[in-house]
Amino acid sequence: MARMKFLCDADRCIECNACVTACKNEHEVPWGINRRRVVTINDGLPGERSVSMACMHCTDAPCAAVCPVNCFYTTDDGVVLHSKETCIGCGYCFYACPFGAPQYPRVSNFGTRGKMDKCTYCSGGPEADMTQAEYIQYGTNRLAEGKLPLCAEMCSTKALLAGDGDIIADIYRERVVTRGYGSGAWGWRTAYGETIQA
Amino acid sequence: MTSRAFAAAMVALFAAVALLFSAMPETMAQQVTPTASSVQEDELLRALQTGENVSGRVSIPDRQAGELIKPDNKGWADLSQGTLQTFAVGILVVALIGLALFYFIRGRIALEGGFSGRSILRFGWFERLAHWMLASTFIVLALTGLNLVIGRAVILPIVGENAFGTLSSWGKIAHNYLAWPFMISLAIVFVLWIVHNIPGRIDLEWIKQGGGFMKKGVHPPAKKFNAGQKIVFWCVVLGGAAMSYTGVMLLFPHLAGTGADWQFYQVVHAVVAGLLSAVILGHIYIGTLGMEGAFDAMGKGEVDENWAEQHHSLWAREVKSAAVSPAKSDEAIAPAE
Repeated sequence: MARMKFLCDADRCIECNACVTACKNEHEVPWGINRRRVVTINDGLPGERSVSMACMHCTDAPCAAVCPVNCFYTTDDGVVLHSKETCIGCGYCFYACPFGAPQYPRVSNFGTRGKMDKCTYCSGGPEADMTQAEYIQYGTNRLAEGKLPLCAEMCSTKALLAGDGDIIADIYRERVVTRGYGSGAWGWRTAYGETIQA
Repeated sequence: MTSRAFAAAMVALFAAVALLFSAMPETMAQQVTPTASSVQEDELLRALQTGENVSGRVSIPDRQAGELIKPDNKGWADLSQGTLQTFAVGILVVALIGLALFYFIRGRIALEGGFSGRSILRFGWFERLAHWMLASTFIVLALTGLNLVIGRAVILPIVGENAFGTLSSWGKIAHNYLAWPFMISLAIVFVLWIVHNIPGRIDLEWIKQGGGFMKKGVHPPAKKFNAGQKIVFWCVVLGGAAMSYTGVMLLFPHLAGTGADWQFYQVVHAVVAGLLSAVILGHIYIGTLGMEGAFDAMGKGEVDENWAEQHHSLWAREVKSAAVSPAKSDEAIAPAE
């Protein structure tokens, strides 16, 4: 089985935000929720870099550890998913996540949050694959169709890579060696406890 | 233009181009290899202080989204799932074992000489209303809170995922809304009883004698509230205030400030909840199972005369002497109202 990961090559990202838009459109993500975002570090300074970030589908995901109702589960592909049926919108996962991935529609009284929403690695949720019920709650299930996440698939500079962790790590390593520099596999150390050495 | 002049111009042009090309590799290397100045993730992470995040600018209108990596969040996740959980379970287990041991060793504290049949008014209807409002909301808050800590390990395997999700979401609603009557009744109880709960010299004597808990027949003198009750009062008032303040912060995260502040309030909320629950377990024990005649004080509002003389001798004398001179009786019987 593959171990799916994301890798954003910040030295290629041009902050076009196409990944953000693609994600919102593909899954019809509600207003106010961004499953993916692009953050520019050292904006306007020499050597600024932009990083596209979403749920990193961590090894030993901290969100899953703190969830009081245990609504998270990790698929065979290493993707961290959750059940909106079980979620109580307590917000703990937001404070446990190092990447700000969990999002909440702010609709209820007293600052309560509604069911959590986050990147599904384009692979839906616990409902049956490619059903309407799954689409409404979690968006499309491209993985079940044999496709990779749309954000990475349509990245114009191929900065954002999705796929098996070993394969995308090899691609990134080769790029770093060829061009002679790389600002790092952003988030990998935090998410997987390892980084890519070229 | 003459052909000679043209030739000279061409030579100059070629020379210039050649010169440019020979100088090119160096300048190009400097321009397109931004290695030296580019941000490195590893460097940023190393430079981070506790509580700091790797952050930048985002174009979406949510400034919080600019926080790219928050490594400390994993620390809170570990704390909340490890230490805090162990603490909450541990303190409750210790409290329950302690009470069970106390019950088996000391037994129920009996009313010496039995019930006299004459009763004295101890708590008026308003005092009891405030007490039971505080007590009932506290119990629901404590149980729904405890569900968030250990429900996943204890209840979920029994009832299954869907039922547990439904139960917990109702629990969350109950917790969020019952917090308000809890805070109101906490304020009322504080105002009603603070007069009787100022620590005094007599409390030292009560504590020295162990409250009479350890030996049969020992009854240190006490006014309306003895030192043990004063301790419970101040635990409830101060602990309840801490729970209320941190709870409101958790409920309205924008009031709490940063994520790290919210996490701090969550930890305080959990720790104080554990301590207060242990205190309240003791309070419930001694008010029901642990002492004969004690429950009447909050149940009926009236206590037996013998009970009053044994456990609150000074208060009983005060009430009785007031009853003898009927002119003063009204304010003496229900001093708190």
